[in-house]
Parts: sequence; structure tokens; C-alpha cells
Amino acid sequence: MLSIKNLRVSVSNKEILKGINLEVKAGEVHAIMGPNGSGKSTLASVLAGREIFEVTSGEVKYKGKNLLKISPEERAREGMFLGFQYPVEIPGVSMLTFMRTAINEIRKYRNQEPLDSMQFMELIERKKLLVEFEKKMENRSVNEGFSGGEKKKNEIFQMAMLEPTLAILDETDSGLDIDALRVVANGINKLKTKDNATIVITHYQRLLEYIIPDYVHVLYDGKFVKSGGKELAIELEIKGYDWIKKEIE
Amino acid sequence: MNRFIEIFEKNKSNLISDNSDYLKILRLEAIENFKKTGIPTTKNEEWLHTDIQKVIKPEYAFSLEPPKIEYNIDDFFKCDVPQLDTYMFVIINGWFPQQLKLINEYENGLIVGSIAEAQKKYPEIVEKYFSKYIDNANDGLSALNTALAKDGIFIYVPENLILEKPIQLVYIVYSTEDIIVQHRNLIVAEKNSQAKIVICDHSLHFNKSFTNAASEIFVGENAKVDYYKIQNSSNNTSQNTITQVQQERSSKFLSNVVTLHGGFIRNNLNVKQNAEGCQTNLYGLYLSDKEQHIDNHTYIEHAFPNCTSNEKYKGILDDKSEGVFRGKILVQPDAQKTTAYQANNNLLLSDSASVNSEPQLEIYADDVKCSHGATIGQLDQDALFYLRSRGISNEEARMMLMHTYASEIINKINIEPLKERMNDLVSKRLRGELSRCNHCFIKCC
Repeated sequence: MLSIKNLRVSVSNKEILKGINLEVKAGEVHAIMGPNGSGKSTLASVLAGREIFEVTSGEVKYKGKNLLKISPEERAREGMFLGFQYPVEIPGVSMLTFMRTAINEIRKYRNQEPLDSMQFMELIERKKLLVEFEKKMENRSVNEGFSGGEKKKNEIFQMAMLEPTLAILDETDSGLDIDALRVVANGINKLKTKDNATIVITHYQRLLEYIIPDYVHVLYDGKFVKSGGKELAIELEIKGYDWIKKEIE
Repeated sequence: MNRFIEIFEKNKSNLISDNSDYLKILRLEAIENFKKTGIPTTKNEEWLHTDIQKVIKPEYAFSLEPPKIEYNIDDFFKCDVPQLDTYMFVIINGWFPQQLKLINEYENGLIVGSIAEAQKKYPEIVEKYFSKYIDNANDGLSALNTALAKDGIFIYVPENLILEKPIQLVYIVYSTEDIIVQHRNLIVAEKNSQAKIVICDHSLHFNKSFTNAASEIFVGENAKVDYYKIQNSSNNTSQNTITQVQQERSSKFLSNVVTLHGGFIRNNLNVKQNAEGCQTNLYGLYLSDKEQHIDNHTYIEHAFPNCTSNEKYKGILDDKSEGVFRGKILVQPDAQKTTAYQANNNLLLSDSASVNSEPQLEIYADDVKCSHGATIGQLDQDALFYLRSRGISNEEARMMLMHTYASEIINKINIEPLKERMNDLVSKRLRGELSRCNHCFIKCC
């Protein structure tokens, strides 16, 4: 589904990603772990199409297409989803208008009829229930006045609405208390099928107690320095990132 | 400038013939003032960024007579805003239609009609307010209007009358030659009265024109006036509007100026709070592209204690268009406990669009709460990316953000059908479609 080969990325002439290689297949869950500043969020942003980053070399293929050549909206329509580390507040744009526009633009791209208001509201209620997102959405602007936890739950709710084939969740666990973490993790697990894939980016092992990854990759200084199964996350938790740093040096 | 003086001299007897001494003297004094002040140049600090001289062309026709064109108002203007039931009047080239009844007196006491006719019919009312507030001494264009404007609208809302229906004034420039238009308006809302006025500015044909419009609005004690102005004219039109508001004790005045389209616009809005307890709300939205020039000058004078003013103007500027905002708030020594807020925000969509924003506070009282601020920026790139990352096209996402930005001002309109229609028109305008109502024949742009 996703194939990254020797990806190098700079911002303002500073190289952040220094040759990333990754293969993700349908049905898999990958966890990318690493200390702050290792390039985790940059990788997520580049995959979603943020334009401030400059790809200096390498290639990224998604469903066989050259991902780097297509716009952020087309990536989303092709089934990619980025769960933001810092979801953006957009005062004045209502949650409902936002979601309805997104759903219908994606449906149009897929030659499907747009959802009418009844169908749309029914879908909203169903997905809210699925991911345990209780927030009233009528008359609310996108993320405005949402608490940190609500913003993260809102990301998972949007993911449920859009049903992506590849979800990249950037530090979705950061800033969550244990109850919110459980809700968010449950949501992600419920959305998991054999046809989609998930990349979970996290600093801590905590989230991985709820979401069991098939692969764990450790990102350090712009490169994957270690890959393994779920036991690698536990080892990391015990030994800390210093262990990796020492091993490299 | 000399041209106007010549026209005055040549038509002097016509201009002052059937008028009372008051009006006669007004015109004579005004032309003398105009001789001294003239049409402002960019050397004048108030006109630094707006060169009005260049749009008042000597070759434009200027007539002191009503338009001779045969027209049937219903043929070219049908307002189709659903459920917007108004007292509607159409003013052509500054003239109240001569074939209609010049004065309309309603059962509830409301009077609407031609100002020229009102001057004859109700001298005791007109002369109490007419030209009492406008600054003929220092502003050349005010003086020019006082000296040479022959007609316009007169609205009189008597004491205690609360008008449910808005009064809608449709000003149309309708000419097959390039022209100069002047009109003069007087709106009087007496004690305890309430009125909503909707002004629609349009142009027909694509001829060039310059309009110099002056309005005085008197808001009596405990009265409430909402004044909505929708400017939607072709790129070939230029205009200078002067709106002078006088507020009495505990009165409320709200202005919302939405500039959807227009070639060259200068709006001067001056409010004087002349007693305690006044509330003033001034809102504005301007959307410009191509080589349009939109200038809003506002001035609020707080002269008495316990008054408030709240002002917000927002602009979205594209292409090579230019915006100007200069808002002055003057708090006089006696105006203690004044609360005054002012903000001007601008979104620039292109590198060649520009805006000059100058909020000014001048405070001579010590117990006041005042703030002002200006911003000039681009669309929020984080918000844009967030929307796009959910599958919304770049164009649609930009539209959503711009519309949201603009709707803050539109939502201050207290007439529901008008608010909805304005939200529509703003959307159309931002999408680059003609921002005119569906069935309107008027070619606004």
C-alpha cells in the first residue's frame, strides 16, 4: 500500500529526514517511535502533503501512485488520513459544514452521489457512537473551544467518518489522560480492518498497550535505526531512548 | 473645480429661485466655501491614499435637471430578496422619480419623498436639520454637494413610531453618457422612534460616472437607527459618500457598509454623540479585486459621558486592488466612562494588492476604556492545510475560510432575509461570479 524509498526531506535547507525506507501493507499496524526532534512529525506531514517541506530525494508510492506528485486533498480522496498532533481551530467554519463538504468532495471523486442531510446526520450519529465521541456538533466551529482530549477524539471521529485506507496518527496519545487514551485507542481498533493500514506515531509505549502494532520502527536523527516486532516497544520503554543513542554512537 | 463654480454662477437664479432664505444662504455660503477648499488633493492628509481628483473628469456631463431618459422603474429593478418586505424607493441619478408622487405620507406618520419637494412642503422640519451637521466649511466635497445637489431622499420618522418594515433606497446610476451625479439626503428619526434603512447602490450600463452623495442622519433621544449600505456598482463607477450622523441622548446607531463591488469608492462616515448614553456600532466589509480602490474613513466623536462605540471593518483584497482604512475616535475631555473599540482586519490574496490601515485614538478624558488595532495578513495556512487534508479542494477550502472571515460582518445585519441574501452574494463574489441577485436586471459588475 505504501512504499517509501530513501526519502530525504529538508526545511529551510536543514535536512530533517535522512533516508527513510518503509513498506506498509494492507492489514498492518506500524508504530513509529522516537525521541523529540527525530523527525516523526515531519514524516507524517510530508506524507499528508504539507508544502513547507522540500523533498530532496527518494520516492513515495501509495497504491502504486507517486504520492509526492499529488495534492493534499487528492491524497485524502485516495484514502489517506492524517490525525494531527495539534488539530487546528477554525472559528466560524462549522463542524457539520466541514465534515459534509469533506465527505461529499470525496464521494464526488469516487463517482458517488452526495449524501443528503438525512443520510449525513445519520452517519454522524452512527460514527459518534462508534468512537464514543459525545460532543454536540450543532453550532460548533471546527475544534473551537474543544479541550485537548476532545480535539484528539475529534480526529478519530473524522477518521471514522472518512474511512481511510491508510491512517497516519501523529502523537494522537499526547496530552491525553488514561480514560481519553482508552477511548481514542478503542476507536482506532474498531476502525481497523484487513484492508486498511495504520501508522501510529508516538513518543511513548503507553498507547501501544492498547493498539498492538505488527511492526515497531525507531526513528532517530532522521533515520530508522531499529525495527522489530511489538516487543521492541517494551524494550524501549524499559531501557529508554538513551539505549538507542548509545548503541548508535 | 472651476467648472462647478461656473455652473453655479450660470445657474444661480435657478438654484436659489424657489427656495427659502435659509436654503438660499446655504447654497451661496457653500459655493464660497467650495471656492476656498476645492476638491481635495493627495496633499491633504485625509486624502493621502485616495486621489479623488483623477476620477472627477471634466468631460463627464453634469446636469441640474432631472434625467430625461424614458424609463419605467419596474422594467429594470425588481428586488427579489425573499421575504424582504420594505418601503422601497428608487432614485435615478440622484433624482426622486419625477413621474411618481414626490412625497409619500403614510398613516403611521412616516414621510418619505424627494428632498427638493420636502424643502417646499415641510420647511419647518427640513430647516431644523438640513445641513446642520455636515462640514461645509472644511470639506470641499460636502460644500460642493450643498451648493449644487438638487434632489435626493427625505425620510421623516415621527416621535414614538417604531417601523417594522425597513425602508429600502435603491440608488441607480442610469445613463448612456459619462456623468457626474450628486444627491443629498436627510433622515430624521425623532425621539423614541426606530427605523431600519437599507441602501442599495447600483449602476446600469457601463458608462463612467462619479457620484458625490451626502446624507445627514439625525437620531433623536432614545431613537434607534440601523443603516445598511450595500455597494454593488460597476468598475466604471466612482463615488464619494458622506454620511454625517448626529446622535442624541440614549440613542443607538448601527451602520453596516458592505462593498461588494465598485471601481473607486470613498466612504466618509462621521458620527457625533451629542448627549449621554449613546451607542454606536459601525461595521464594514469590503471585497475588492482587479484595480478597484476602496477607502473607508470613519470618525466618531465622543463628547459626553457614558457612551460606547464599537467598530469593526474587514477587507479581502485581491489582484491589484487597493484598500484604505482610516478610523478616528475622538474622546473629548467631558466624555468620561467612554468605551470605544475599533478594529480593522485585512486579508491580502495577492502580492500586488495593498492596504493602508490607520486606526487613530485621540483621548482627552482619563476614565475611559478604549482599544484599537489593525491587522494585515494572509489566509491561515494551518487551517487551509487542515481542511485540504480531509479531501476539501484548495479552492473550496479557501472559499470556506474567506466566507467565514466575511460573515462576521454580515452576521451583524439585523434583517434576516437581507443577511441571508448578503451571505449568498458574498459567496458568489468570492467565487468570482456576478454578485447580483438572481432575477435582477441590473448589471452591477
